[in-house]
Amino acid sequence: MTDSFTRRAALGLASAAAMTLALPAVASDWKPQKPVEMVIMAGQGGGADRLARLFQSIIQKENLSSMPILPVNKGGGSGAEALRYLKDKEGDAHTIMATLNSYYTTPLRTDIGVDIEEYTPIARMALDTFVLWVNADSDIQTLDDYVAAVKAAGGEWKMGGTGTGQEDSLVTAMLEKEFGIKHTYVPFKGGGTVAKNLVGGHIDSTVNNPSEQMGFWQAGKSRPIAAFTTDRIAVFPDVPTMTELGYPMTYTMQRSFVAPPGTPPEAVAYYTAMFEKLAESEEWQTYASEKALQTDLLTGDALQAYFLEERQRHNDILTSMGEIAGS
Amino acid sequence: MDVFSLLMDGFATSLSPLNLMIVLLGVTAGLFIGAMPGLGSVNGVAIVLPLTFIVPPSSAIILLCAIYYGAMYGGAVSSILLGIPGASTAVATTFDGRPMAQQGKAGLALIAAAVASFVGGTISVILFTVFAAPLADLALKFGPAEEFALVLLAFTTFVGLGGDDVLKTIVMICLGLVLSTVGLDLISGQPRLIFGDLPGFYSGISFLVLAIGVYGIGEVLHTIETSKTAPQVTPARITFKELGAGFRAMNRLWRTMSVGSFLGFFVGMLPAAGATPASLMAYGIARSTSKKAESFGKGNIEGVAAPETANNAASTGSLLPMLTLGIPGSPTTALLLGGMVMWGLVPGPMLFIEQPDFVWGLISSLYTANFAAVLINLALIPLFVWALRMPFTVLCAIVLVLCIVGGFAPSQKMHDVWLIAGFGIAGYLLRKADYPLAPLVLALVLGPLMEKSFRQTLIAEQGNVLAFIERPLSGTFIALAVLFFLLPLAKYLRKSPKEGVAPAR
Amino acid sequence: MLTADRVIAASLMVFSAYLMWHATVLPIGWEGSSGPGGGAFPFWLSLVMLLASGGILVRSFVSGSESDKPFFDPEMIRSVVLVCVALIVTIGAMQYLGTYVALIGFLLWYLRIFGGHSWALTASITLITPVFLFFFFEVTLKILLPKGVTEPLFLPLYAMFF
Repeated sequence: MTDSFTRRAALGLASAAAMTLALPAVASDWKPQKPVEMVIMAGQGGGADRLARLFQSIIQKENLSSMPILPVNKGGGSGAEALRYLKDKEGDAHTIMATLNSYYTTPLRTDIGVDIEEYTPIARMALDTFVLWVNADSDIQTLDDYVAAVKAAGGEWKMGGTGTGQEDSLVTAMLEKEFGIKHTYVPFKGGGTVAKNLVGGHIDSTVNNPSEQMGFWQAGKSRPIAAFTTDRIAVFPDVPTMTELGYPMTYTMQRSFVAPPGTPPEAVAYYTAMFEKLAESEEWQTYASEKALQTDLLTGDALQAYFLEERQRHNDILTSMGEIAGS
Repeated sequence: MDVFSLLMDGFATSLSPLNLMIVLLGVTAGLFIGAMPGLGSVNGVAIVLPLTFIVPPSSAIILLCAIYYGAMYGGAVSSILLGIPGASTAVATTFDGRPMAQQGKAGLALIAAAVASFVGGTISVILFTVFAAPLADLALKFGPAEEFALVLLAFTTFVGLGGDDVLKTIVMICLGLVLSTVGLDLISGQPRLIFGDLPGFYSGISFLVLAIGVYGIGEVLHTIETSKTAPQVTPARITFKELGAGFRAMNRLWRTMSVGSFLGFFVGMLPAAGATPASLMAYGIARSTSKKAESFGKGNIEGVAAPETANNAASTGSLLPMLTLGIPGSPTTALLLGGMVMWGLVPGPMLFIEQPDFVWGLISSLYTANFAAVLINLALIPLFVWALRMPFTVLCAIVLVLCIVGGFAPSQKMHDVWLIAGFGIAGYLLRKADYPLAPLVLALVLGPLMEKSFRQTLIAEQGNVLAFIERPLSGTFIALAVLFFLLPLAKYLRKSPKEGVAPAR
Repeated sequence: MLTADRVIAASLMVFSAYLMWHATVLPIGWEGSSGPGGGAFPFWLSLVMLLASGGILVRSFVSGSESDKPFFDPEMIRSVVLVCVALIVTIGAMQYLGTYVALIGFLLWYLRIFGGHSWALTASITLITPVFLFFFFEVTLKILLPKGVTEPLFLPLYAMFF
């Protein structure tokens, strides 16, 4: 279907390019000559970092790459540092980057002189979902209770999340726009800290990823209210989605890999094949289902189209938040 | 007792031949990684993380803990021998460790650090064993307001009034705090103080860069200038007699070490705080309660023992929120957490109930790792001390090389290496002009925590400043902070009329 | 000593002013119900720094003759400046000629010419250090050091050790 089609397209494209360049080696023969740098757009210990290191471990264990993959964190400026670094690596066949949604939001919010259209898409491995959470001690059981409670608080309702302009604040803005409510948004360093502050009663609600809240949910200390997805999440069969409640709000966090501008096509083919094998591995499948990740693999042109569409969507959300002037 | 039998089961796992070998290997590797300026436990753990898929999870976590412990011990080695803290947790160790090494007592300082680390580690593992589950709830009580108050307390226990030139201390504190704001402002999501629009500044100025610069390069430049008058080959030797003397000296420091252990464990347990504030507070308290307060900073063995007990106790303490709440207190525990997630374990309140084998295997391996670390560390002290006996032109060259490479390694940016050189030269000049450097480094470490928690509290409390005092926990900490700030002043006022009589405690 | 003290205090004042100017990009005031703005901390702390270093400068004029000991040791300052220059050259060379070439050059200069050690000692340290760095950082810790133009020379080594 889409997957196999794009894969064939990518491979075809790559080998065609290789032939026109009349390289001595056939595309599939290309192998990294030195360790491959895996730039991570986030700091050590966060969700993105953990996932990137999981990929590294599986690649190493399953022997998917002839050279080691070395993770390097460049989380500065919400990924601005990583984006600039990748731009400077133009044509380098030994660098890949693990992205998240700051891949679009960071260049939209501040002019850092990069255009993501120039980068070479490799593979989208997963989509992480978002869920609205409250403390289990609160009386709120449904979305209607929630909206009523936030309205009653008169703007003093404390919504915790990651830094301003990052995913959680966008989802909060979507909520505010949809229901005409106002939160006091308190930014924290990462999803784990947010989860702890919710359970400790320092904030009133969050829109954390399921994986960040999972431990507390299992202990019965936090309560999911609604998921920002179209279909119910497998691990939370009883949690309604926003769509089925009549509010078609969806938001996902993408976990993809890209390469610098102008990466040689045979290298792109190599990495694409590597991530395709990775996507099929048992460890990854188990992990993804436990953490409620959606694993629709996208590669090549289809991925680039997805990136550009998402960039436009984030542009619209940020504009409506008043974060950027809009275009 | 239930806990006891669970622990015994744990020991059965951690004392198997394979696991014992893993502990020895991990501790030795951790020691060397920690002893390298710039590298710390986080590097060691990050490297072996992928390897842990090969061994069973219980062995894997033992390996990671062994490296973690080894690196914590090793951090003191570079603080004492070279005066360069390998990690922010080891800053306080340099204050007295370095002067001791310069007086030729490097061996004694290293013994003190090893013994203190062992005591701190052991006491906190015992606390961990007994109290792990109930204490998790306390950590939850800590919101941004409490975090702010605690960091403020850590700061004032260390800085206080008096001591160095007040104006110069203020300049250095402010400079450190301002440099700590470089990078992305979390609250508004906007970049600030990006000098020259260099991408390297987006991630802020790392503590390691400043510490390697001012303590590494700055110190070497200073040594070169003073080398004409003072022979720099420290006559450091280590004999069994000294070893005995070291143990006897440590035996007198039980009070300091127990204060350090308890303090370290409790502060380390709080998610945001961790080992750095703990070690500073332990040092500050040891100094302000000591009868020989004025000898601190000039090579007092107590000034090595206090922070070393506390930082090791805190590294154990910081495992607690990671295991019970799934919140890492430091990058290293974040990686450990990542490892656990990869093995399919869900850290959090249910872990102790659902995976008792794993949890108690881990706790028992902390005992083993701690024991192995102190033995290996003591055995290696002669080697470390021998390194100091190199001619100083050789030593300086090697230290400079290690500063360059060690400065590059953590972030892998040339930008940081340039900054190190800049900070080194600036630090050398400031030091010559009697500007104290320790407040600068501390301000950079604690600044981001302080600003973030301060502003988070105000946002959550709708701009109400009184929130800090109204909440019982944070109010207590703030009151203590004010007390510690004024304590040196009171001492000074009491002392002056009596003409230098040492003030009673 | 006194002059140096004044120069340093004055430079710190200039630096604080620069930081203040830089900080004003973000709001520096109290933002209604959400506490201080993003620029507030750097701005006001820089102001305190400006005032404190100003105080140091003023004090040096008021209290005057503290000591006339020279700030730099006239004999040794040459060595310090030499080492600083060598350091900067080495770091510059690291980017283009690679870490190993730069560090070997630095060690050769420092040990043989600056330190005046024997060729035997110089050669052994100069050779052992890069080998140690390669095995410790690259092979064991998997931290690649910059290679600059010498990159191709390392490809066979990578193939061998990774």
